[in-house]
Amino acid sequence: MAAPLTLLLLVAVTVRAALFRSCLTELIAERVEVVSPLTAWKRVVEGLALLDLGVSPYAGDVFHETPLIIYLFHFLVDYAEVTFMLADVITAVALYMAVADYNKQVFRKQKYALEADRYPLDCLELIRSPKEMYYIPLKVAMFYLLNPFTILCCVAKSTCGLNNAIIALFILTTIKGSVLLSAIFLSLATYQSIYPLTLCAPALLYLMQRQYIPVNFRRFSFWWFIAQYAFMYLGSLFVLVCLSFFLLGSWDYLPSVYGFILSVPDLTPNIGLFWYFFAEMFEHFRLFFLCVFQINVFFYTIPLSVKLKEHPVFLIFMQLAVISIFKSYPTVGDIALYMAFIPVWNHLHRFLRNIFLVSCVLLACSALFPVLWHLWIYAGSANSNFYYAITLLFNVAQILLVSDYFYAFLRREHHLTYGLYLKRKDGSEATLVLK
Amino acid sequence: MAARRRLVSALLVFLCASSVFSGAESQEATLTGGHRAAAVDDPPTDTERAEQAAEQPAVEERRWEATEVEEATPDEAAGEKQDTSAPGTAAPSSAPQPKDDFQEELVVRPLHSGDIYASFQFRTLWETDFSRENKVSHYRLFPKSLGQVISKFSVRELHISFTQGYWRTMQWGQPFLPSPPGAELWVWFQDSVTDVDGTWKELTNVLSGIFCASLNFIDSTNTVQPSASFKPLGIGNATDHRFLRYATLPREIVCTENLTPWKKLLPCGSKAGLAVLLKSEKLFHSSFHSQAVHIRPVCEDRQCKTTSWELRQTLNVVFDFYTSGQGKREWSLFKMFSRTLTEACPLASSSKIYIDVTDNPQGEQFELSPATALLSQAVVLGDRRTFSVYDLTQQITFGSVRSLNLLIRWKTTEGDMLRPLLHAERYVAGYGLQTGEIHTLMYNNHPYRSFPVLLLDSVPWYLRLYIHTLTVTSKGKDNKPSYIHYQPSKDRLRPHLLEMLVQLPPNSVTEVTVQFERALLKWTEYTPDPNHGFYVGSSVISSLVPSIVAMDTNGTLKRPLFSSFFPCKEESSFFVRIYTEPLLVNLPTPDFSMPYNVICLTCTVVAVGYGSLYNLLTRSFQIEEPSPGLAKRIANIIRKMRGVPPL
Repeated sequence: MAAPLTLLLLVAVTVRAALFRSCLTELIAERVEVVSPLTAWKRVVEGLALLDLGVSPYAGDVFHETPLIIYLFHFLVDYAEVTFMLADVITAVALYMAVADYNKQVFRKQKYALEADRYPLDCLELIRSPKEMYYIPLKVAMFYLLNPFTILCCVAKSTCGLNNAIIALFILTTIKGSVLLSAIFLSLATYQSIYPLTLCAPALLYLMQRQYIPVNFRRFSFWWFIAQYAFMYLGSLFVLVCLSFFLLGSWDYLPSVYGFILSVPDLTPNIGLFWYFFAEMFEHFRLFFLCVFQINVFFYTIPLSVKLKEHPVFLIFMQLAVISIFKSYPTVGDIALYMAFIPVWNHLHRFLRNIFLVSCVLLACSALFPVLWHLWIYAGSANSNFYYAITLLFNVAQILLVSDYFYAFLRREHHLTYGLYLKRKDGSEATLVLK
Repeated sequence: MAARRRLVSALLVFLCASSVFSGAESQEATLTGGHRAAAVDDPPTDTERAEQAAEQPAVEERRWEATEVEEATPDEAAGEKQDTSAPGTAAPSSAPQPKDDFQEELVVRPLHSGDIYASFQFRTLWETDFSRENKVSHYRLFPKSLGQVISKFSVRELHISFTQGYWRTMQWGQPFLPSPPGAELWVWFQDSVTDVDGTWKELTNVLSGIFCASLNFIDSTNTVQPSASFKPLGIGNATDHRFLRYATLPREIVCTENLTPWKKLLPCGSKAGLAVLLKSEKLFHSSFHSQAVHIRPVCEDRQCKTTSWELRQTLNVVFDFYTSGQGKREWSLFKMFSRTLTEACPLASSSKIYIDVTDNPQGEQFELSPATALLSQAVVLGDRRTFSVYDLTQQITFGSVRSLNLLIRWKTTEGDMLRPLLHAERYVAGYGLQTGEIHTLMYNNHPYRSFPVLLLDSVPWYLRLYIHTLTVTSKGKDNKPSYIHYQPSKDRLRPHLLEMLVQLPPNSVTEVTVQFERALLKWTEYTPDPNHGFYVGSSVISSLVPSIVAMDTNGTLKRPLFSSFFPCKEESSFFVRIYTEPLLVNLPTPDFSMPYNVICLTCTVVAVGYGSLYNLLTRSFQIEEPSPGLAKRIANIIRKMRGVPPL
């Protein structure tokens, strides 16, 4: 398997290197779909320039990266292209290894279940074979590396690529069962952009499952494990925050990074739901809706964890998708990360209801973004509503995609318990409905 | 209509403010009297005096007006009876303490473009101390409203200008007092002010009332603290720029409503003296109009033992008679101002008209009538100029018709102006509403001397400047500024401030470019005409420019040889401040008509997400049982109502 992966990495790096050398780089780096005020490379350079002028980068409202990013690029600014390509490669390899390991476990579990005769007899066609699972890790890496969204994100040098790498490493370490590293990478991801905080629920579920700790509120071992993980997580977060303080000698970065993420003062258009909503919001309702929208990201964690407590990896996928839809400054890089997981769920395809429609809408919207942007900003023949309409449609498509996968996953689980061909009481063929 | 409303509101503000003053000051007086007990030798008398003063301001003001009327009437009568009595000397003689002094002058300079530049200056000098004494209540020539502003807000220096039109340096040369289009206000506060921002806010509101202007729109988003460009012009070497505030309102429209309160500050109002010429219907029918008030402390004498306050009211106006007069280049005071002069202001110690005749030594270019023998030479802005002087305090100036109507008739249309040594222009480059680039061009037209300039740019927060894209090039080469002071903006809080010191090579153009990104604002933050664009105030370029007098190394004909080898320090360079054009920048706009639609649609999408996840989370899969037919259902409902078990 190493040879195809190497080939894939080579192809991906070549594509990126070619694009870096082309005249498209500047165009891509300006696209609002690819870079947000949080992740734009132009703003990283501005932060470094401010630092050179002896002004704190957080004195103004242009730079919103964390101090560690400044520190990193203080040394690597000349090798930025290599850094971003490396970040993509790391993400792809980490996802590859994580998915390979996960598939092994899935297969092992399936084998035990088969041996214990836990599946109904007519479910044999739902059983996954090693042959079809063999190429999944490679497909995941390919979905990430050759996804146009990822390529654009890398060519624009959006720091979203680095955040994705951290999250991918977090997933890898979690699946490999390393509690400490998982906590460290999770705290790094949280430190970069608050939202990955919700990933601690699937991480805990997965690690407990792996260590055969039952998810039971009355058990001491459950709470002990949570305490351990929380201690490691909060400890490394504390270290990171203090380290950032000592790097710049002030707490200015807290309001400038996290306040900026949470209070959404910059209404630059992007593919998310926030910008136009808060541009048109009545001032006295602003705080209320800000809270509603921000809570929305964190709100689904607990019910999803309850529902998917046996399937933490699917929960990670769901959480990543929810974050990338409802976060305040989303870019296509965030979408690329959760889309990389789609090959992992290719056994669900027979239960998907509207995948064709959704993928058509997603493709059409991706093409329409630059067109309507041009009409609004450059040609002046359209107005902001056009671009806004496309962002709405794009988000509806994403929501449908995610809920479709969720539906298919739940349905397959149902079939694995109750049999594939269900019968009504009168013996005719039954249809399943949600009630 | 809007103007009137603003006037009324401004008056209200001012009335409130002044009533607050009179209340607050009496308190303050006793308080500071107690505080300064150590400093003042005799505290009881001090407070006594303060109390007296606090009781009597209204009475004293009335008395001042009454005496003024009394003085004015016999004076006019005398003037009518006898031509020989000089009104200028009569007025101050009756004053009890000649501590204040008023001068007025008008400079007229024919410009090479055919336009006429008229510059009025009214200077009131008063030897008093607003800050040390607890109460200054007796006002004679100095306007009380401004005196109260100075003492209430502990102002060290105040400069305010209202300008309509843009000064075209390339056609008109340097103005005597530069000002940017719109309103400009800069104030140095005393070191004793603790809450500078709060005081500044109050001060702008009060000034807004005094001048009937929208200065109340000055807030933290357009106020900056320049570190080097605006030094105090009066005495005192305060350099801590924490006490300096600078703001411009490039959008401010200047009109009659601003001129009337400005004229009221003059001791003679618009009743006598040069101010009778200030008729708004003519002044605002011009290419350029600028009125300003400058208040600063100055030395009383050479030893500078005592300081006095100087109030300088200036009004500059450029008339275009060439195009309106069908190419005939001829003008007179009557043609310009629709008035002639009959007397000087009786309260003025000096009242003069200067006509710039430098280019006309032998009268070959234009003819000036009535002619005057009085000539004066002065180095103005680095250039030696000759002026014909008309002294209005001399009755002989008015001649037998008892009115002065200066007339200039041009003989030739030739003549070229020396290009100004320093001038600048600015524009926005780029297309679309996403990004852009500000270009500032600075021209050094000196043939062999390079000099440094200080460039100040204050850009509103909604144009996000990227300082790493700043480039300074002259003659195709990178010209690194030796000093950069950059304060990045904070959204909705403060603007960008960029100050830099750039050396301009001789005979060159220096181009400063910086890129910016246009922000999308909240829909309530746009102006009522959002597609008109947003104004960005002028850049300010301050410099010490090598003077033309010093440049003239061959001009040894008139001067003795021993005096002309080393350029004299005073004349070798002169201070120039020039303002570039303000910018008009378009921002992307949301659709203002549909906040409800947007709120509804976005919430719908969020609800779709919530709903579909909620569905999947709370429901479980069940086998669908066939639903009974409609007839059966109705039958069941009827049976249920009858109390019979259903089918």
